[in-house]
Amino acid sequence: MTTFLGMPALPAFGSGNLFAGESFPKAAHRELGNAQLRANLGHATHTIRDKRQAVVSELPDWEQLRDAGSAIKESVMARLPELLEEFEKNFTARGGVIHWARDAREANEIVAGLVRETGETEVVKVKSMATQEIGLNEYLEEQGIEAFETDLAELIVQLDRDKPSHILVPAIHKNRTEIRDIFLREMPGADQALTNDPPVLAMAAREHLRRKFLTAKVAVSGANFAIADSGTLAVVESEGNGRMCLTLPETLITVMGIEKLLPTWQDLEVFMQLLPRSSTGERMNPYTSLWTGVMEGDGPQNVHLVLLDNGRSAALADEMGRSALHCIRCSACMNVCPVYERTGGHAYGSTYPGPIGAILSPLLTGIEAEENNSLPYASSLCGACYDACPVKINIPDILVHLRSVDVDSKRGARKVPSQMDVGMKAASWALSSGKHLGLVEKGLPLGRLAAGRDKKIKKLPGIAGGWTQSRDIPAPPAQSFRDWWAKEHKSAAPSQAAPSRDDKEIQQ
Amino acid sequence: MRIALFATCIVDAMYPATAKATVRILERLGHEVVFPGGQACCGQMHVNSGYLKEAVPVVANHVAAFDTADYDVAVAPSGSCVASVKHQHPMVARSCGDTALEARATAVGAKTYELSELLVDVLGVTDAGAQLGSYFPHRVTYHPSCHGMRLLRLGDRQSRLLRTVQGIDLADLPEADQCCGFGGTFSMKNADVSSAMLQDKAANVEATGAELCTGGDASCLMHIGGGLSRQGSSTTTLHLAEILASTMEEPASVTGEVRVSTGKALR
Ligand code: SF4
Repeated sequence: MTTFLGMPALPAFGSGNLFAGESFPKAAHRELGNAQLRANLGHATHTIRDKRQAVVSELPDWEQLRDAGSAIKESVMARLPELLEEFEKNFTARGGVIHWARDAREANEIVAGLVRETGETEVVKVKSMATQEIGLNEYLEEQGIEAFETDLAELIVQLDRDKPSHILVPAIHKNRTEIRDIFLREMPGADQALTNDPPVLAMAAREHLRRKFLTAKVAVSGANFAIADSGTLAVVESEGNGRMCLTLPETLITVMGIEKLLPTWQDLEVFMQLLPRSSTGERMNPYTSLWTGVMEGDGPQNVHLVLLDNGRSAALADEMGRSALHCIRCSACMNVCPVYERTGGHAYGSTYPGPIGAILSPLLTGIEAEENNSLPYASSLCGACYDACPVKINIPDILVHLRSVDVDSKRGARKVPSQMDVGMKAASWALSSGKHLGLVEKGLPLGRLAAGRDKKIKKLPGIAGGWTQSRDIPAPPAQSFRDWWAKEHKSAAPSQAAPSRDDKEIQQ
Repeated sequence: MRIALFATCIVDAMYPATAKATVRILERLGHEVVFPGGQACCGQMHVNSGYLKEAVPVVANHVAAFDTADYDVAVAPSGSCVASVKHQHPMVARSCGDTALEARATAVGAKTYELSELLVDVLGVTDAGAQLGSYFPHRVTYHPSCHGMRLLRLGDRQSRLLRTVQGIDLADLPEADQCCGFGGTFSMKNADVSSAMLQDKAANVEATGAELCTGGDASCLMHIGGGLSRQGSSTTTLHLAEILASTMEEPASVTGEVRVSTGKALR
């Protein structure tokens, strides 16, 4: 998908699977109608949430770790160009090859070209957000190259030709019976007596995957971290499929966003504590693979890294939004988000769902793009995400910032102002002086009339109708507090408090 | 101590009894309450909806109303409005490049407290029954609002005060820390998701068997109460201030429609 932005914009915004196809409220309405989805999601998010909470509270220095993670990321963003060059130098010196990709299209072309050079038509894949973001699998398929996901949940989603709805648990929206049915339908040679018992399902997937691991000559991975001072890449996973992909094939192609850098090995220490606890609720993840270039006679002999911008420079240029690039994709924010819990990941349209998706996608694509401008509104600003985020990204504040960017981008552009525009303008007048508000409050008795005998307002027009869809409004009181106070204090000496602008009018 | 009351727009216009209760509590502790009449609203709705430009006059008005008045501390019976005054006002001033306003807003913010914060941290209330004469013989459940909990870090101040009210039967709310789904204009822009969140909150409230759900934010209570009412529930909502102000001699009225007393009950 490409978007014409109407004017030359530098740095360029990203492309690929970052766009919502429809507005969030519309997509959410549809997803909310799926009771099974809601039950699956509620169960899964609560389970991970509780696990995370338990292992996080074990660490007395959790808050300091978060501060450290946040500070390291901040310094990385402040000197990203320099760190990228340092990394390139060290990675290349140890036999790796670096490719720079401005956007999804360039990255896809680079990867397809590298696979073509090997003469292979199949690749195995380690779960990777970056390749999902650029739509690599689909692109490779067009080029006659088949990509096999090897992460269990990713495999389930791929077999079902569905989209992931969670960044860590892509098949979170499916229960085990649904998964068994997918395996029976889509896995060649699946045992027809397959039960929905999780170990049985895992074994079936394992058998299916083993064949792929042993024959694949090319692997494609993402990376969780890149360490500048040694030129090292890191993948953190829990099934061992990543380890297989990273060591067995002859050629390894990694696609990674430019923001994943860490200055030194020592910095990795902080994130190896933050990430597993925040994501799977484990003290430590089962497999951490680190590789530094090529080791003769051991592991892949052709090692490539595609460094992906795809809107990251644009996000970096947004002073208020840039800390969204601190994200280590742990998914803690979505597991605690009440909005995500009810709508699931598909409602967000993009590869990145949940609270982080609501800020990251519009930052990468620009707020004017497609329907992405509804994403920053997909939050009640309850702040649970900010509390959970291991690198302290202030998601609520960035949401508010992006809303204001959205509102400002539309100022003057609309021929007829929206209901919201009109309402906000009127409210700004009413609420910018005690006198104005006092005047408006004189109309309260009218509201009592509208409420009728049962003293409830049950239907409001326009956008306010969203409120009365499921809530009553109480009849307003006969007298505002302001009026009551003024009457009460009429006879008293003028307030000892130096009266502010409207004091006199009120107290007369 | 001279305490300036920030009634907040919603309490001023819709729930005067909550503001009256706040006044009563403070006066009962021997403090003088002033009401800077120029006040109107914290502007949170504008900021949170992205209308920063429209928020500027609202914020400027609040700052003008409060930094010209003579008082020791200001109080509001609303966690989210206090959070807005403290966190959003300087930010709004910065967004329009007004450094003088930013400095004044920061100073006002530093003197502004949420009700339970003021009672516990400044006025030293540890036992509402003993010190305020609070008496409320009803089964109550308590919803800690998001902004009080996460932006102001009120911790257990509100529930601690509630627990010391004489006669109260305080029932734990399951999933208490979950957002009720109000979120200002979120409840209109994303009405479906908001309603789904409200449904779960209302179900949890009902599960406690409480007559009332209380909390420190009138807006969340209006939302929860509005949902309970629409579902035909007999459970209503009542602001924490009204429970604390309720005494044996002057009990808060707990019968009513969507929300309990909208005016007459106190004073
Ligand atoms: S924003 Fe924070 S909590 Fe959410 S996925 Fe990223 S690092 Fe994790």
